[in-house]
Amino acid sequence: MYEKITAENPYEVPMRIYPAVHYTMGGLWVDYELMSNIKGLFVLGEANFSDHGANRLGASALMQGLADGYFVIPYTIGNYLADEIKNPLVPSNHEAFDEAERKVSDRIDQLMSIKGSRPVESFHKSLGRIMWNKCGMARNAQGLQEAIKEVRELKEEFWKDVRIPGEINEMNPELDKAQRVADFIELGELMCIDALHRNESAGGHFRDEYQTPDGEALRRDDEFMYVAAWEYISEHQWQLHKEELRYEEVKPTQRSYK
Amino acid sequence: MEHYTMHLTLKVWRQKNADSKGRFETYEVKDISSEMSFLEMFDVLNERLIREGKEPIAFDHDCREGICGTCSMYINGRPHGPWHATTTCQLHMRAFRNGDTIVVEPWRAKAFPVIKDLIVNRNAFDRIIQAGGYISVNTGNAVDGNAIPIKKENADKAFAAAACIGCGACVAACKNSSALLFVSAKVAHLALLPQGEPERKTRVVSMIEQMDKEGFGSCTFTQACEAVCPKEISITNISRLKKEYLRAGLESDR
Ligand code: SF4
Ligand code: FES
Repeated sequence: MYEKITAENPYEVPMRIYPAVHYTMGGLWVDYELMSNIKGLFVLGEANFSDHGANRLGASALMQGLADGYFVIPYTIGNYLADEIKNPLVPSNHEAFDEAERKVSDRIDQLMSIKGSRPVESFHKSLGRIMWNKCGMARNAQGLQEAIKEVRELKEEFWKDVRIPGEINEMNPELDKAQRVADFIELGELMCIDALHRNESAGGHFRDEYQTPDGEALRRDDEFMYVAAWEYISEHQWQLHKEELRYEEVKPTQRSYK
Repeated sequence: MEHYTMHLTLKVWRQKNADSKGRFETYEVKDISSEMSFLEMFDVLNERLIREGKEPIAFDHDCREGICGTCSMYINGRPHGPWHATTTCQLHMRAFRNGDTIVVEPWRAKAFPVIKDLIVNRNAFDRIIQAGGYISVNTGNAVDGNAIPIKKENADKAFAAAACIGCGACVAACKNSSALLFVSAKVAHLALLPQGEPERKTRVVSMIEQMDKEGFGSCTFTQACEAVCPKEISITNISRLKKEYLRAGLESDR
């Protein structure tokens, strides 16, 4: 695979290795039964936050998919349904369905009516650049503050100037991508806010300001031994819920590759 | 690796939807880096088309690392293009020369109707999988990974068959539009492992039944499928499928 990408044979030429964005860490908040704060909505695998708080090491996607799907959900779904079994089916003409449908179609209409000048792809790239430069492997308070500002500006421009060709009721990959990029922009802003809030270095989060004299991550467990769960309130507003972490058997230690 | 800039002519199949007639459209694509992937080249072209107020070319893609099987397209008369054992997303522009004309078409098979431009509907494959490409397993408890011994040779063969990503290139390359290489990979993968045992007698029959229902053609063993398969699925799997089919016919309780 490496040779196909680079046209260099790694048996003959040293491999060129460089960091790249793989995934975002964290995910939707769930309880120990893997149920989100919406009753009856379970979140499995990498989409939830439970095992990917600060770290995302190789193959953990598979690990969490298996752990959640194989060991947790077979019990917890049944546990939830046991209380529901007497409730009649909720018909899909319930007003909540109408409201959800309206929200989605309104958003699609809004996106399509912008008829601006910039392709979705160019917004995606701009967002990527901001995140890579300022919320990347090493971040600091100043960069993150700038990034939050830049992402907000990008969001404004996106909703004013994005150009989505094609129609709504047809296969439209640009519309599909626009919806994702709109979400990425929102998530990007929150990631910067979260990274700015966490005044320590831990796992994949390295703040320039918090390092040991020899450049390793400096944890600050006295202040930050909690999961930061952010609840969406309104545009640019999230409320922090701290979920305390207690380690009884294994104690977290400084991450060091030495 | 040195890279160079290329100017290309693209002839791409454009088709609004399944009901409308398609046609080739020609695009002059300038300033493409030889180090771009084939799909990146499409991204660049699409961005330009959108800026010019034109409809971008619809194509399927997801992982872009050769594991999901969505990036289906015929490039210069060959599924997934000129490189051996390579998906379209892994194909890089250095496979072509500056000034080349590249012809790009969707898969063409009755069971894979065009949805738009280069995107075809491959749900037929999903329905074949639903018909039998699964195993029964107990959840809730951790089974020790090595509790059931599996012969090394079988494990290797099953693993090689499991590499099939369901891209459909085998169907597209086949003059009969047969899906047998795909189905055989799935059947062989599970038939070789003890985990596949509970459904062994019904799986192959149900999958073949579904395959026929979907309108794929019959296999006449031309071996075109093996030649273009990006995952190098071997046609020996087809022999295994036939053996499984015969065995199921003899032993089935259905
Ligand atoms: S057998 Fe090969 S060509 Fe056919 S679907 Fe599987 S990976 Fe694709
Ligand atoms: S995009 Fe997934 S295999 Fe090509």
